[in-house]
Amino acid sequence: MTPATKARRTALLSTRGLGVTFASRDGAAARAVDGVDLDVGSGEVVALVGESGSGKTTLARTLLGLERPSTGSVEFEGASLQTSTRGLRAYRRRVQLVLQDPTGALNPRQTVYESVAEGLRIHKLVEQAQRAGERVVETDLVSQALSRAGLRPPGGFFLTYPHELSGGQRQRVVIAGALALEPEVIIADEPVSSLDASIRGEILALLLRLRDDLGLTVLVVTHDLGLAWNIADRVAVMYLGRIVEVGTTEEVLLTPRHPYTRALLSVVPEVSQQEPIVLVGETPDPRRIPAGCRFHPRCPAYAGGEAEAAGVAEDCRTRDLPVLAATGDHRAACWLTMPTPKP
Amino acid sequence: MTPLLEMRDVHVTYATAAGPLPAVRGVNLSLEPGESLGVAGESGCGKSSLAATVLRLQPPNATVRGSVLVTGKDVQTVDWGQLRALRWGEAAMVFQGSLHSLNPVQRVGDQITEPIRLHDGSVSPARASERVGQLLEQVGLPAASARTYPHQLSGGQRQRVMIAMALACRPRLILADEPTTALDVMVQAQVLDVLTGLVRGLELGLLLISHDLSVLGTTCDRVLVMYGGRVVEQGAATAVFDHPQHPYTRALARAFPRVGDADARFSPAGLAGDPPDPRNLPSGCTFHPRCPRAIDVCSTHEPPVRWPEPDRPVECVRVEGAETAPGTAVAAGR
Repeated sequence: MTPATKARRTALLSTRGLGVTFASRDGAAARAVDGVDLDVGSGEVVALVGESGSGKTTLARTLLGLERPSTGSVEFEGASLQTSTRGLRAYRRRVQLVLQDPTGALNPRQTVYESVAEGLRIHKLVEQAQRAGERVVETDLVSQALSRAGLRPPGGFFLTYPHELSGGQRQRVVIAGALALEPEVIIADEPVSSLDASIRGEILALLLRLRDDLGLTVLVVTHDLGLAWNIADRVAVMYLGRIVEVGTTEEVLLTPRHPYTRALLSVVPEVSQQEPIVLVGETPDPRRIPAGCRFHPRCPAYAGGEAEAAGVAEDCRTRDLPVLAATGDHRAACWLTMPTPKP
Repeated sequence: MTPLLEMRDVHVTYATAAGPLPAVRGVNLSLEPGESLGVAGESGCGKSSLAATVLRLQPPNATVRGSVLVTGKDVQTVDWGQLRALRWGEAAMVFQGSLHSLNPVQRVGDQITEPIRLHDGSVSPARASERVGQLLEQVGLPAASARTYPHQLSGGQRQRVMIAMALACRPRLILADEPTTALDVMVQAQVLDVLTGLVRGLELGLLLISHDLSVLGTTCDRVLVMYGGRVVEQGAATAVFDHPQHPYTRALARAFPRVGDADARFSPAGLAGDPPDPRNLPSGCTFHPRCPRAIDVCSTHEPPVRWPEPDRPVECVRVEGAETAPGTAVAAGR
């Protein structure tokens, strides 16, 4: 069974029509996430790829219940995310976050043991298990988590402090802290971008191993297409609050359809190296999302006359694209590639 | 012709409470106008220590041996007057982390003016601001951005300001230490385009430092790979990135996979262990404890230099090739 068909059967975490709007000082609303339908299947590794300002981090935070949706919903196991403190606490045990900078994520005055045990204590997991008649002690759970994160022998790390560890080991401690709660989903926001080249591969291999051994579902938020190629089953490309292309990793990265995806790929190392398409400017301000296709002011296909030749230039300028469906085959939100039902 | 930058057997050793720390151990290189040279390696391999010697910016506890020649002048021995003229005027540095390097409460135009006025006290304010406008346009920013403060600019725009500032006194050599590390791929491509455009357009020399071999492979003419303070492999940039020879270079190249490479799919490659502690370097080849191809001799004998192809010296006993430099260009330290 391919990952895509598996996802269709059981979406563990999904969004429908999700929008997150922030009020800004000048009164204009910033639509950081502007209509996203996304399914993350059980046991799947999905890469949410985008640049700064694409809304990928806001989307991840909303999936964790750290931001409230302005429109639409987040669903876990088919039920809407509970926004009560209690509901969120239970949810956050099952869906854990791993952040970019392990040095910032760890308390420098806490030992590795304390850092990993903290989540267990907050969620009272040891007491719960004991009440259920299981003979568990905290030390065992911490050991197990450290060991799963590749810090072996775990006992040797109990009393060390973050400053005594390398960058890669610190990121493993952060991952161990998440694993201690036996979550079903890990949302990793740029998990390797602050790490050295040599450590990068080891942390990515760890994420893959966790998926294979524990059946974890992983949503990795990144700007790194090489990372997506390394570990993801599916890729969703985000631009200015929307997913503009989604499909299996092979589909999106080997036969990209959206001009934005094509440009991103052209500036990273590829096997089929093409002429770099360096886009002008940066992602616009989400308070002023361009009319029509939100990418058209920077689109090389629009500027180069490809859209004009295909007779869709008017659409590019004036018609917003529909939100891409969460399920289905490789699809892109581009008038050039869409079978366009004229209104 | 005198190279823009030439290093001959450069060693950098820091005096620390725990004893001497050799960060750079015998590096030779040379860089011509219009050429870009990349230096690759992990944190702690000596890349930044090496770059600091070019402007004599090494900290006071560092001892530098060997010679560092910028347009033929030995940076480490020239007097203060000459050193001041050389900094900014002949060689300038683009640092990483533009947010920390720019003054947050001063308009960027004023910050670019500063080195101009330091070098030529007689320059009129009108002339200086005209020059600032030119510099900003040269790096792809509107001249009017001189009036903005750093926080009003994006990370990519700030990095362009850093490059404009480095160009202020018309240097011939630019040193860039991880200039794109915190930037998005597209912005990174834009900034690298600016740098390579300057190398070609103004015949500048560029020394580009990065831990990302793929960036160097696509941006530079030549690449040096450093490990444990030594250059373990060098050659034409595309050749080093596409066909790395040293086991360490191979690990670095595989860490940033090419999209579409079937070998990398679901098999992210890392390299176990940490770079060596310079105070306590492993015997023999300093890479042997982490090397997947190490054999007994690696831990007991220093590795030979071998040339698997002309102009491609590699310090590794497991690489097949001549043990003397084929041709004179290589023997001269290229």
